[in-house]
Amino acid sequence: MSESVLNIEDLTVALPSWSDRKSAVSNVSLGIGKGEIVCVVGESGSGKSVMGKAILGLLPKPHLRATGGRIVFDGRDLLTLSDEEMRKLRGGRIAMIFQEPMTALSPLMKVGRQIDEVLEVHTDLNPAARKQRVLELIQDVQLPDPPRIIDSYPHQLSGGQRQRIVIAMALALEPALIIADEPTTALDVTTQAQILHLMKELQRAHGTSLLFITHDFGVVAEIADRVVVMRHGEVVEQGTADEVLRAPRADYTKALIAAVPGLTPRLKDAAKAQPRLVVRDLEKTYVTAGGFGKAARHVKAVDKVSLELGRQSSLALVGESGSGKSSLARCIVGLEVPEAGEILLDGERISGLNRNQLRPYRRHIQMVFQDPFASLNPRQRVGDIIAIGPMIQGVSREQAMTEARELLSLVGLKPEAADRYPHEFSGGQRQRIGIARALAVKPKLIVADEPVSALDVSVQKQVLELLNELRRKFELSMLFITHDLRVAATVCEDIAIMQRGVIVERGPTAQIFANPEHPYTRSLLEAVPGKEWINSLA
Amino acid sequence: MKSFWQRFLSNPRVVIGLGWLALVLVVAIFADVLSPRDPFAIVANPFIRPSSSFLLGTDSLGRDVMAGLMHGARTTLLIAVLATLAAVAFGTLVGAVAGYYGGVIDDVLMRLTEFFQTIPSFLFAIVLIAVLSPSATNLVIAISVVSWPPITRVVRAEVLSVKSREFVQAAVVAGQSDRAILLTQVLPNTLSPLIVTGSLLVATAILVESALSFLGLGAPNQMSWGFMIGAGRSFLRDAWWLVTVPGIAILLTVLSINLVGEGLNDALNPRLADL
Repeated sequence: MSESVLNIEDLTVALPSWSDRKSAVSNVSLGIGKGEIVCVVGESGSGKSVMGKAILGLLPKPHLRATGGRIVFDGRDLLTLSDEEMRKLRGGRIAMIFQEPMTALSPLMKVGRQIDEVLEVHTDLNPAARKQRVLELIQDVQLPDPPRIIDSYPHQLSGGQRQRIVIAMALALEPALIIADEPTTALDVTTQAQILHLMKELQRAHGTSLLFITHDFGVVAEIADRVVVMRHGEVVEQGTADEVLRAPRADYTKALIAAVPGLTPRLKDAAKAQPRLVVRDLEKTYVTAGGFGKAARHVKAVDKVSLELGRQSSLALVGESGSGKSSLARCIVGLEVPEAGEILLDGERISGLNRNQLRPYRRHIQMVFQDPFASLNPRQRVGDIIAIGPMIQGVSREQAMTEARELLSLVGLKPEAADRYPHEFSGGQRQRIGIARALAVKPKLIVADEPVSALDVSVQKQVLELLNELRRKFELSMLFITHDLRVAATVCEDIAIMQRGVIVERGPTAQIFANPEHPYTRSLLEAVPGKEWINSLA
Repeated sequence: MKSFWQRFLSNPRVVIGLGWLALVLVVAIFADVLSPRDPFAIVANPFIRPSSSFLLGTDSLGRDVMAGLMHGARTTLLIAVLATLAAVAFGTLVGAVAGYYGGVIDDVLMRLTEFFQTIPSFLFAIVLIAVLSPSATNLVIAISVVSWPPITRVVRAEVLSVKSREFVQAAVVAGQSDRAILLTQVLPNTLSPLIVTGSLLVATAILVESALSFLGLGAPNQMSWGFMIGAGRSFLRDAWWLVTVPGIAILLTVLSINLVGEGLNDALNPRLADL
């Protein structure tokens, strides 16, 4: 490394006494060279974000504080600087890009003014010169029609546009170092691909160094020059991107990379006759109430969608946010009432039924939810959570509890877990409980709405394997909703791609991957982060 | 992470508040044992200053102020607690139904709540007592009728946020009926703010009860703190203790309840208290 911009030496950040481990970051050393992109990868709780915050002096006081080591930037140890000196440095020489652009921007201020403010605070430029610079910056981040953009409020822009604004703010003062904490995690894949491309381009053009914090090895493969792998607050491995991605040395890195879902399509078993689920011309419109002179807004979430799902087969419904994939799933499990079209389960019409009429069918269709933290009632014991479905179907309490214990061991938890409360479990374990709950009534069809998107990769892999195994054991059909083509490919033999409420393409996974016909499918495949690297591994 | 009780009891303000409340509670429960005589009985000359024979003196008719204070604690606490329980029960019912079912039901119930909220509550209580005639039961009714709307609002807001959580949807998918979902899934998760609001409501109820008794609208033939202040107010310059003693009792009790209520809030929402 020629000239390093930032050097972290033996950094240790202590956690408060009531935490489960002593330090969030322990003895971490790393350097970032001039014009270099260093990716810090790790799962949740690895201390990667805390390290990023420590550099900027943004640790939540008084609970977290750096207790050892040095962070050397411009020849000064940042840990010893006063608040005033840090304030001058932040935004000026070091800038930060956050994960959620909506919360990083003030909702009450026009975005142009927000960029302008950075310049006003840190430079002596006059208003006209500042305005010129703001326009340049907006052009730099490739936003269309800069004069209109600077006059917009954050809520008038899309997620990707907002993130571009945040990047423009970070670039405003030509910082030597930008710290980006999961800057693309909240974005759709296609937007993520554009933002990554933009960041790389700008970083090259300005010669800025970039510390990029992420959990996604695909993103690392897209952007990194060097990679630092963290776990439990310690650096497990660091090296150039090629070294770490293609020839990882640490076992933990190897396991993480193995857990990244590949792009190898799952092949179809022999075709099964007789569809289990048929959806015909389904329509669902959401109406947002108007008022104060605004007309009511109609959003067609699901627009004449038809699909079929065979017995014991699985279909992945892939789409970006707002594509209507979740609305479709909610219509199928009866959480939403579609206004047109029909849903048939084993040839019986289940759409148009009310809650009471639907009850007997509940034992056939169950759902696995996305958020393992919100989907379990915090005030019920795990056993009761699982036993509820069978008890409603008329199974006695003792019987249901016995079955719940059996299910818990089936999904890889101890039977004693039945007597504990959800908060005692980790995210992955909770998702297993959610799966056990769905299986408790021995359904024929499981609708899984993004069941792994809230989980770390290694946990994600285990849960996907579990789902796979259970599918065979219980002879389940599965409708798998996801935004991630990589996950879809590993789980399902059929894929339907949804965009703006319409299924634009569907067919066997292998065929769609080999020969995508619709331009949107192509752009989705194109946008998979690190696809070349993933393919080279397979 | 410390447990709820550790967090709750390690707060010195909570300990002070609980200490005073426990004392008042013990006195209220054992009033008949501690002071077996009728508190309205004339025991000595009027206007005896606080002394060793009468710790808190006697009032204008020669009644023992200490005995009045003890029996008054019983009346005041009983009425306040019962009124609060009634208000919480009714408010929770209305709020839960409004929040959970939404739509027209919500509109109707919330307009009704607003109707009760917009009437100045103390005046409304006076009117109710005047119509119903003063008695302990009617005091409970009047106080709960004027204090349920805030409970309804708290419960409705909580239900609105809890019902959109995924575990409620999971219960719908499992086929649970609306009533079962409301009782087993939603309401248990609204408990913490409800407990906090409810505990603070006891303090308000004590104040309303005392104010009504002060105006002579309290339960007849039952000693209460408000009545004592009302009866002693004309002798404020000659016999300061007649008003001051029950006044301080009310002040300390209401203050203690507020301390405990805030302590509950901090202990139930540790993140808010901590960060």
